[in-house]
Amino acid sequence: MAVAQAKQDTLEARIAGLSFPNEGWQAPARFDALERLGAMGMPGRRDEYWRYTHPSSLTSPEPLPAPVFVDTAETMVFDAIDRLKLVFVDGVFDAEASDDLALSGVEIDLLSQAQSDIHWARDIYGVLEARGQTPVQRPLAALGTAFSTEGVLIRATAKAAKPIALVYVHKSDTSDVILHNCIRVEAGAEVTVLESGPAAARFTKVMEVDVAEGGRFHHIRAQGPDQDRRAATHIFARLAEEALFKSFTLTANGVMTRNEAVLELVGDDCVAHVAGAAVGDGMFHHDDTVFITHEGQRCESRQVFKKVLKNGATGVFQGKILVKPGAQKTDGYQISQSLLLDEDSQFLAKPELEIYADDVKCSHGSTSGAIDDTALFYLRSRGVPLKQAQSLMVLAFLAEAISEIEDEGIAEDIRQRLEDWLASHEH
Amino acid sequence: MLEINNLHVKLEEEDKVILRGVDLKVEAGSVHAIMGPNGSGKSTLSYVLAGRDGYTVTEGSAKLEGAELLEMEPEERAAAGLFLAFQYPVEIPGVGNMTFLRTAMNAQRKARGQDELSAGDFLKLVREKAKALKIDADMMKRPVNVGFSGGEKKRNEILQMAMLEPRMCILDETDSGLDVDAMKLVSDGVNALRDAGRAFLVITHYQRLLDHIHPDVVHIMANGRIVKTGGPELALEVEKNGYADILSEVV
Ligand SMILES: Nc1ncnc2c1ncn2[C@@H]1O[C@H](COP(=O)(O)OP(=O)(O)OP(=O)(O)O)[C@@H](O)[C@H]1O
Ligand SMILES: [Mg+2]
Repeated sequence: MAVAQAKQDTLEARIAGLSFPNEGWQAPARFDALERLGAMGMPGRRDEYWRYTHPSSLTSPEPLPAPVFVDTAETMVFDAIDRLKLVFVDGVFDAEASDDLALSGVEIDLLSQAQSDIHWARDIYGVLEARGQTPVQRPLAALGTAFSTEGVLIRATAKAAKPIALVYVHKSDTSDVILHNCIRVEAGAEVTVLESGPAAARFTKVMEVDVAEGGRFHHIRAQGPDQDRRAATHIFARLAEEALFKSFTLTANGVMTRNEAVLELVGDDCVAHVAGAAVGDGMFHHDDTVFITHEGQRCESRQVFKKVLKNGATGVFQGKILVKPGAQKTDGYQISQSLLLDEDSQFLAKPELEIYADDVKCSHGSTSGAIDDTALFYLRSRGVPLKQAQSLMVLAFLAEAISEIEDEGIAEDIRQRLEDWLASHEH
Repeated sequence: MLEINNLHVKLEEEDKVILRGVDLKVEAGSVHAIMGPNGSGKSTLSYVLAGRDGYTVTEGSAKLEGAELLEMEPEERAAAGLFLAFQYPVEIPGVGNMTFLRTAMNAQRKARGQDELSAGDFLKLVREKAKALKIDADMMKRPVNVGFSGGEKKRNEILQMAMLEPRMCILDETDSGLDVDAMKLVSDGVNALRDAGRAFLVITHYQRLLDHIHPDVVHIMANGRIVKTGGPELALEVEKNGYADILSEVV
């Protein structure tokens, strides 16, 4: 009882300063989310999926200040990619810096401007999030539905002409931003969404993705490189027959990142991959929490998470595959690995399988290790300096996760980004 | 070229002595062979020269063209012109063979104050050298040594040597695991590199290799020391009679 009360108190304090937008088609969904939130309270340390990650900095009334990271030397990630760019500065849409919201194959709206009573996103907004609240509660996602101030609504009706890039700029040391994006990929359509940037001192974000029959959705995200930012993000996806969903996240730096992905493979023959490459140096806490539900038959899911940790950085992975009765011929793969560059860093992993069908193939593995000394010596014996040899080994370690990106140009951009990061951290 | 004086080495972790006063001098332009029973310390000598961790030098020195190797990092030794073809080449999953070679070449060039090789020039060079060793393009695309057969790994070592053009080449049992044709390819690769400014130290158990790569000097190593030095006829003697006679002679 005392615990529940504490969670309620934390919730009250958290939302006390927020204004509740209750207009237009979103209002009912926001009220429902508020109700869910009231029943759950904020996450607490004793919650099963918050044992390894302390939620307090994500649930406190005010964010801890995060100085804006000035990083002039690097070229920005995805700059080289031909894309439709939408810029948000501390959560506020920046029309000047953005391209027109027009792209062949897709309809794009801003959440704040889509206020009429009727909108296609009504069938998704808060709907997938609500589905994802069982069996594991995700109060920060409900917060994101109830209190989001902005977001993008993307509906792909054909193959999008180019990727849509959401660029989250962080300019205020104390910004506390809540965004909510909805994506609907219609039958046979295809779209790629890129996300980059630190967004805010504290960023709470939900993305709901509904992929219809044979639709294809690609998501590539680069979080960072701010040191002090905090983020709690959620992806909720629902896949119909023969749908494809692929999400990859690169995280470089960040004192606190919690990325949740909740994927429902509802139709038969669909494919869902979620991958992450995280590199942390020092004050770095990175948590990937994934829940994949197989309902349809002959579906494939892959989770590939790699973390490189040094100087006391912490990595967390909690990944679950749930195979429901009747989800025959499921092919589930899960791997989570960490490369610990010193003994001060730690990796905490909790892989779970729960299977209620008899004809399935599921595997999971989790490892933690140091750089292979023999390989390092071999590289050095050929003249590669120690730091460079270590970087090569780190990139090699992350390669399996990066190879989950289908578009070779984007994959190369991510690789370049990582190399830059490694070069700047070679000390 | 290479001058080793009274080199004593023990394992870092335990008090096991492996090299007990190695003396060896290899002149520029020459090929020296080292033979010796299993466990006599041949690979250890090559690792210590290349700078592998895990060994403690308790006495002695090893100089490459007058510069003390034992004080250098492994990559500095490579840049100074030392190359070791490993007895057991290492697999590195995730690092492409091409990336590896190119990184190594450019790192060495940089250390010597030379410009990086352009991607085009590099490709041309690799193709030419790989072809001579019958290493196909597909193998070059794979991660370093991953899934290579024993003989392919050895050929890959020689390819690296041919690309890096070191001045002091140490080959540790490069012949083991090679079929007859591959032995010929590898030997041709080595012979093509022979010149007045370069020297070879070839560790082997068999005369077969020395039929292709004719040594100027043959050393016998036993129990952590060079116990006998002679001409090519010494290898023939080992081939015929084994080590027993030679060892009883020196003890
Ligand atoms: N890291 C180690 N730990 C324990 N013993 C070692 C280590 N390295 C070398 N030795 C020992 O040192 C001795 C010399 O080994 P080394 O590999 O140098 O022999 P070698 O002459 O190359 O033998 P071979 O002809 O079989 O290749 C052996 O007895 C070996 O077991
Ligand atoms: Mg040996």
